[in-house]
Amino acid sequence: MITRTRTSWENISNLRRRTLTELEQPEHFRVTVGMATCGISAGADLTFEAIRQEAERNDLQDISLEITGCIGLCSFEPIVEIYEKGKEKVSYVKVDPVKAIAIVRQHLIGGEPVEEFTLRGFLREQHEKKQREAEAHSYLSHKLEPVTTTELDSRSKDLVIEDESEESDLAGLPEHFIDLPFYKKQKRQVLRNCGYINPERIDEAIAVGAYAALKRVLTEMSAQAVIDCISDSGLRGRGGAGFPTGIKWSFAAREKAEEKYFICNADEGDPGAFMDRSILEGDPHAVLEAMIIGGYAIGASKGYIYVRAEYPTAVKRLNIAIEQARELGLLGDHIMASDFSFDIELRLGAGAFVCGEETALIASIEGGRGMPRNKPPFPAAHGLFGKPTIINNVETLANIPAIILNGSQWFRTIGTESSPGTKVFALGGKVEHTGLLEVPMGITLREVIFDIGGGCPDNKKFKAVQTGGPSGGCITENKLDLEVDFDTLKAAGSMMGSGGLIVMDEDNCMVDIARFYTEFTVDESCGQCVPCREGTKRMLEILERITGGHAEMDDLDLLEELGEHLQVSSLCALGQTAANPVLSTLRQFRDEYETHIRDKQCPSHVCKNLLGYIITANCKGCTKCARICPVHAISGKPREIHEIDLDVCIRCGLCIENCAFNAIERR
Amino acid sequence: MCQPKQIAVDDPRFLELDTFLKKLQGEKGIAMIALQKAQQLFGYLPLEVHKHISAFTGISVAELYGVSSFYSQFLLEAEGKHRISVCMGTACYVKGSQKVLDKLCELLNIKVGEVSSDGLFSITAARCIGCCGLAPVIMIDEEVYANIVDLNELEQILDSYRSKEAAAVTVSVASADNKGEAEDLA
Repeated sequence: MITRTRTSWENISNLRRRTLTELEQPEHFRVTVGMATCGISAGADLTFEAIRQEAERNDLQDISLEITGCIGLCSFEPIVEIYEKGKEKVSYVKVDPVKAIAIVRQHLIGGEPVEEFTLRGFLREQHEKKQREAEAHSYLSHKLEPVTTTELDSRSKDLVIEDESEESDLAGLPEHFIDLPFYKKQKRQVLRNCGYINPERIDEAIAVGAYAALKRVLTEMSAQAVIDCISDSGLRGRGGAGFPTGIKWSFAAREKAEEKYFICNADEGDPGAFMDRSILEGDPHAVLEAMIIGGYAIGASKGYIYVRAEYPTAVKRLNIAIEQARELGLLGDHIMASDFSFDIELRLGAGAFVCGEETALIASIEGGRGMPRNKPPFPAAHGLFGKPTIINNVETLANIPAIILNGSQWFRTIGTESSPGTKVFALGGKVEHTGLLEVPMGITLREVIFDIGGGCPDNKKFKAVQTGGPSGGCITENKLDLEVDFDTLKAAGSMMGSGGLIVMDEDNCMVDIARFYTEFTVDESCGQCVPCREGTKRMLEILERITGGHAEMDDLDLLEELGEHLQVSSLCALGQTAANPVLSTLRQFRDEYETHIRDKQCPSHVCKNLLGYIITANCKGCTKCARICPVHAISGKPREIHEIDLDVCIRCGLCIENCAFNAIERR
Repeated sequence: MCQPKQIAVDDPRFLELDTFLKKLQGEKGIAMIALQKAQQLFGYLPLEVHKHISAFTGISVAELYGVSSFYSQFLLEAEGKHRISVCMGTACYVKGSQKVLDKLCELLNIKVGEVSSDGLFSITAARCIGCCGLAPVIMIDEEVYANIVDLNELEQILDSYRSKEAAAVTVSVASADNKGEAEDLA
């Protein structure tokens, strides 16, 4: 049993003074390893262990080795950073155990950073590799032409000049992550502590200001003042719909009831989104603090965090954070020796997307099937166990402490008039730099995808970006300059959603994407109301007919009509928005749908049944394809052009992969 | 829900489940927590386990089954020894996870949700596991394999589990007392 000691603010602020200097200017080395789920997947746990063991072997006792959350740049993981008093922070990227041991020996013992493993060293190596490739390319293209001596001279001069420019280029290579283009346009407000503090140590969280807002609330503010502050800030729910948080709180505060509940919705089910996971794994105390403040504002004494079971690391860190907060008297009876009591319990989801919907989430915490119900009554009046309940999303909550501390007007200086603040996005799909980023509202999608994300890799052409997951829609090139906020995205036929941004390039088939999302909603529909249960299934059937090559043109009208019916007649948001991916792609890529149906072709060569394979005149008759074809669809005599029988062919693509002469094409 | 291998009534895991359920007495809405604990203990939720929880808590088997059949995380049938989850989140999907899934099904000669004939593997199509930056990814038990661009890697990955298993069998046959292990493989 943990003994719950009451701690006054003095003890906590002492903790704060002591550790802040330790974090920023540590007496000895402070080594942090990025250990969010993404970092661990990239091998950060092995890196951490290698550093720990090597330090132990060398009897390095005075270094502090800490885990930390995600700094957002997935492609550079595992990331190790070293802080030292009086020196600039050194950032190492892609640190495997071998590099880790070298870093311990040379940097921690020898005092000299291992230049080649640092961010800058890595970028230099990439730069040089590109240069070598370019040189090899120009050499090859010149090789066949006769060259005069004067030409050679001038070419070598070019090389010299290039060398100079290389020097100046290298001097401009960033040393810190914040200097990378990926971070230039970001404003890390919610994510400010992720990748900096150890999320499993409450003293580090307190050092950077955690629970200071709670102190102000408990000592200086009335419940109404807290609600007014949040209302004035204009904060809107980050879970997708964008409902004003302050107004929501005021609804529950108005209700008279013995018991009220405050729930944090951490059931991030949107495929391709991991904002909430990163916040919970990197800065769990921000969420706990906000929940206590919210509980105070609406008069609740009990809070629940409903978190996906698929996020074991987040669950573990939340449990640790809750225990530590209880030990310090920040949770439990008489928080900070005040009259206010509040405690938080964790509830695990079990893999149902619909539980992200408020009333379904409540049903799930109550232990039943997670099925939504009609609103009103809204949860603020009639929620968990029939009591007034507020449900806020993780990212929404993570904004609260800073608003309390800096004031509502400060918050309004960030973002747009109707959507103040920042938004965290998970950028994924066909984009050079995938990762987690936070930008002020009002930034354009073009800036996010091209300036921050670096555009599509391999010089592929950008086609669309999907926002809002299975409830959202696609945004095409011509709308990329819209300023992102809740209202503009909605007007553009999509929605903000929780913040997943999936970039698609020319190789992605939009009909297939619509089919993918519809398959998802068919799976995740709770089955309670007919429009959603049957409607999504019928939509999927039509889409499968289209991708399978059996559809008629009339099917498009049917699809549209069905989608519109779903929007107006489904019970909950899942059904109401389930048709969005279909309707949005149908609106913007109707020609692609038509090509599928009319010409029985998939322009992006994705839909298997519509792919034709053809052997071109490049065929040398080597017979390799005929031998490896699993269904013997290819025939031909040696040294003669082969043929594919498309009626037998299963479109597995094995022949294309194995042809040494690039003689087989998809049509 | 019928299982060829029944769980014995006196299985010690039932005692552990009881201890856990006792602690929950008096709390509201415990069906899910109880089922989650039971699955953690047994690996899946056969009818006997439903009945046991029902007898202890007073929640009807029908209600429990309603909950366990609703959520995708609850398993009503036993799985293979190693669970392969192919991430079918959007980021992985646009980077070709369907091909990865197809290839795995082909290699193991099973469909999604089935167990391979040697009992070693089962395949599930997972929702986003939150490593979108490393797409496409698969997860075998707790281990994540990132950036599966070359489909030939998959055979090697499966082989690494097969050879580990073969080594374990030799050991267990040699010691001849590890019944559970041999049973699992049978």
